[in-house]
Amino acid sequence: MHHLVIDRWSRGTSSLHQRDSRAKLAALLVFLIVLSTTPPAAQMVFAGYAALLIIAATRAQLPLRGLAGRAALVLPFSATFALLTWWSGNSLRALALAEKSFLSGTAALLLVGTTPLTGWTAALESWRAPRMLILVIQFVYRYLFVIAEQAQRMRWAALCRKGSQRGSFRLAAGLIGVLFARSWQRADGIYHAMLARGFRGRFVPAAPAPFRASDALFLCACLAGCLVIRILL
Amino acid sequence: MSNDIRLNRAIQVRGLRYRYPDGTQALNGIDFHLDAGESVALFGANGSGKTTFVLHLNGLLRGEGSIEICGLPLADETLEQIRSKVGVVFQDSDEQLFMPTVLEDVAFGPLNLGLSPADALIRARTVLKRVGMTHALERAPYHLSAGEKKRVAIAGVLAMDPEILVLDEPTTFLDPPTRRDLLALLRSLPQAKVVVTHDANLARALTTRAVFFDQGRIAGEGEVIEIIQRFHWEYS
Repeated sequence: MHHLVIDRWSRGTSSLHQRDSRAKLAALLVFLIVLSTTPPAAQMVFAGYAALLIIAATRAQLPLRGLAGRAALVLPFSATFALLTWWSGNSLRALALAEKSFLSGTAALLLVGTTPLTGWTAALESWRAPRMLILVIQFVYRYLFVIAEQAQRMRWAALCRKGSQRGSFRLAAGLIGVLFARSWQRADGIYHAMLARGFRGRFVPAAPAPFRASDALFLCACLAGCLVIRILL
Repeated sequence: MSNDIRLNRAIQVRGLRYRYPDGTQALNGIDFHLDAGESVALFGANGSGKTTFVLHLNGLLRGEGSIEICGLPLADETLEQIRSKVGVVFQDSDEQLFMPTVLEDVAFGPLNLGLSPADALIRARTVLKRVGMTHALERAPYHLSAGEKKRVAIAGVLAMDPEILVLDEPTTFLDPPTRRDLLALLRSLPQAKVVVTHDANLARALTTRAVFFDQGRIAGEGEVIEIIQRFHWEYS
């Protein structure tokens, strides 16, 4: 499971891991704005952004290949639009679209790979992101693994009685239906368990860290790095 | 009822009825009591109303009738207090462990009670030490074994410092050594206990009194051995 690996990464001890999650989230936002406003012809600037991300990933002691492989998962989605742009005769724009998707994915992964889930959701909360959205993120993250395990067990049970993978589309459709019903049931159980422990609609962060001068310095450095690359290259 | 009995009573339920939204009458006039420090087993076939009953004890379900917890009548305004007094350990630990790490999960309850983050973490560490799980503070709950998950689930409830523990099938999915360890842990806890179980051996080891549920009613209550024999409640 990809989220398990990222979960392990996020518990590291590098200087990037120790930065305040609000500073990292702000840095990500700055990077995404600068990236999205870069013209397609500025290929050297994209190379500069990539270099910036490589430096950050190295400092965070994250495996570059693993990071790139996971970021590449966004490519099939953006490739559809890139291909359409390519066919319309604008190859440079198509290339820039793929580059921007990949770099955005890498930057987002860099954030979640250096910040535990509670950290970046607390940062979202401090930015007044809708509470319901934050709750959904937290639960999806936590229960994706449980539901995936349940799906695997159901698939095995089905295969034991069926003996082959043939007709697997129909089988998958049935499994998805049952999985949905069970997930609904489980959601009800989780909600009961939360209420039983005094939940009142809000996760209270266990250790809200203060925003230090070093965090502000980090944010300024990220901002300066992005702008320097954008303007000078 | 004399004042002494009232003070000593952890749970007092009178005439509890509950019907699920689909029309199933799950509880049909339950009268039940539990004294402070006492442990009682709830027996009964699947669907007899045991779990539905215990979900009423901290207001997760609300039926007709009256419920008093440590002298407090269960009502909207006392719900928060009552949930801190009644700790429920659910059958499926995966439903109970929803935070990213063991420490954060156990601190979840104390934080909701209004403890400061520092105090909540201290309390979480203390109860994790008590259940023998200090080696897993930073681990994700889904990486734990079934026995470890159950211990963390119990720690999460103990962290709220409850006066009553409700344990729904606490030994399900556990291998014999883990079951034995868990039993020793549960026996060491001073709280009053309501144990929903099919396991006659567990009930014998952990409780002194048993109540037998049948179709949403209490069909019998008495000493554990007596109820086991009267309702033939053993596997062989």
